[in-house]
Amino acid sequence: MHKFRHSNFGRLTFFIGLGILLFLLSNRVDELRVYQGATLAMYVVAIASLILLTGYSGQVSLGHGALLAIGGYSAALARNHFSAPVWICFAIAVLVTAMAGAVLGTAAARLSGPYLAGTTLALAVGLPSIANQFGILGGEQGLLFEVGAPPLSLGQDFTQYKWYFWIASLAALISIWWLQNILRSRYGRSWRAVRGNEVAAELAGIHAGKCKTLAFTVSSGLAGLAGALLAMTISTVSPSAFPLSLSFALLTGAILSGVTTLSGVMIGALTLVATPEIADAISHRFSSSENVTTNLPGLLVSALLILVVLLVPNGPVEQLRAVRNRKRAITH
Amino acid sequence: MYKFLNTILIGITSGAIYSLMAIALVLVWRSTRVVNFAQAGQALLSTYIGYAVIQKYHSFWLALLIAMLAGAAVAALIDAIFMRTLFKRAAQGPIAGVAPIIATLGLLGLIRSLLGLFVGGKEANIRPPVSNIGFTISGHTLAFSPLKLLIVTSVLFLMLVLSLIFQHTNVGLALRASAYAPEIARLSGIKVDGIRTLGWALAGGAGAAAGMLQTPDGNGALSPDSLEFSLLLVFGFIAAVIGGLESLVGAVVGGLVLGLVLAFVLTYISGSLVFITAFVLLIIVLLVKPSGLIGTRGGRRA
Repeated sequence: MHKFRHSNFGRLTFFIGLGILLFLLSNRVDELRVYQGATLAMYVVAIASLILLTGYSGQVSLGHGALLAIGGYSAALARNHFSAPVWICFAIAVLVTAMAGAVLGTAAARLSGPYLAGTTLALAVGLPSIANQFGILGGEQGLLFEVGAPPLSLGQDFTQYKWYFWIASLAALISIWWLQNILRSRYGRSWRAVRGNEVAAELAGIHAGKCKTLAFTVSSGLAGLAGALLAMTISTVSPSAFPLSLSFALLTGAILSGVTTLSGVMIGALTLVATPEIADAISHRFSSSENVTTNLPGLLVSALLILVVLLVPNGPVEQLRAVRNRKRAITH
Repeated sequence: MYKFLNTILIGITSGAIYSLMAIALVLVWRSTRVVNFAQAGQALLSTYIGYAVIQKYHSFWLALLIAMLAGAAVAALIDAIFMRTLFKRAAQGPIAGVAPIIATLGLLGLIRSLLGLFVGGKEANIRPPVSNIGFTISGHTLAFSPLKLLIVTSVLFLMLVLSLIFQHTNVGLALRASAYAPEIARLSGIKVDGIRTLGWALAGGAGAAAGMLQTPDGNGALSPDSLEFSLLLVFGFIAAVIGGLESLVGAVVGGLVLGLVLAFVLTYISGSLVFITAFVLLIIVLLVKPSGLIGTRGGRRA
């Protein structure tokens, strides 16, 4: 059993099973939950991309929202100008963002911690002014991005949100499965080696610069996919859809998931989906003013980020594992 | 001719404000090896405190002083309570290198949303303490007003005070020593933790001054989600990187270079290219001369 779970075939079976379970589940719950499920899948992809970058290759991006924006805009442009099929749009989003990531990553590979952090933050802050710069991007209003109605073969009462959910969770399942595999490959091992000790990795024959650039590229591609998914769920892309707070939220999700544990990605994604709901419940409970309603989600997310960094810097999953390992060491 | 002169004057004024922010970032970087992204939040908070003082006592000067003191106090508290704990707890592990950066970003978000919670949506405005109408020379109005003169002199004055502290006092010596070699400084009897907190406090004061001076120079409006403060942080960071992130003189030079370049782009090319220019400048400096224009000790270490 143990062997099966860790074989390639075992993981593939697991993901296919998870997919079937999700699709069955989507028929059982109400529309709002289905929509939240689509958002959840989007967050899973985005956080996985950040985990890959920070946890597995030791680089940090404070402006991941900007990469999501590149993905969203390129998908929308492909859809509106070439009326490309939805699948092609997503593929284009991945490719374009990966290319942008390769350019950024080449610069990033030469930058250490604070420099890279500052550069990515600058990108996220300046994004609206860049989007307003080019008329083709639609300025403040942005662009429409419609994936269209679900195919009729799925039945009359198949809703739009369910269609979003199907697309998003399929994308999330495929990307996580693929990411799991790549992290277990030669590349994944090199990334971890470079993160652990760059000099030692280079002595072992790994080209650290190339390695980091590749990690940045792969991570950007995933971020682009997440951006296209986000654009799909809200049907538009505009500068206000990718605010600075989105980058903060993604970082919180990644830290909360534990940057070195890809399997923890659901914790972060669930938290990000739940936060607005919790904030909403609180402000309704105390029938508070508009100020509270608009600022409470941000407050919760930042407070959570600070608490996690202070209390469980490696994430709750890793913390539990460390505690368990320590216990095992004592009993043996 | 006048257009050229005006561009230079505008560049110097905005560059002076970027310099202040860059100084704040450099001070924290030198004392703790952290780029403090919360600096924008701290500056915003201090500026709000200054605004409250103006509302009550109608004096910009008093407000500037109190804002700087409050900014210093807030920064000292953040370091003493928060950063010290963080360095102890997240000293090892895969994210030890990035944890402080992420923490300061969390602080930025926290300060902004707290401000939004309490003062968001209310109109806040800081009027210039002196006229912002340009001087005139033989019929030509210069883009240099008493307010801008005030900004430039304040920045020069603060820089002078800071470099006097750093070069000619024992505290300054301790600050430099604990940034340069914390272990040896500790062995020589310097209380490194306290000195670091002092570095944070000085930075908090400089950031507060940047916020207080920038607001009336712009449109005077103040809001918790203001883009101006985010841009102030980004431009301050770019200025600090141009100057090499290590030296105060570098921060000032970097701020002026950035201010002048942006002013020329604004006047002669297009206002909407300002941000892109700054970003490209940052990338070029990082790729071509990562140690900055005024590189010290063979460049960056991180």
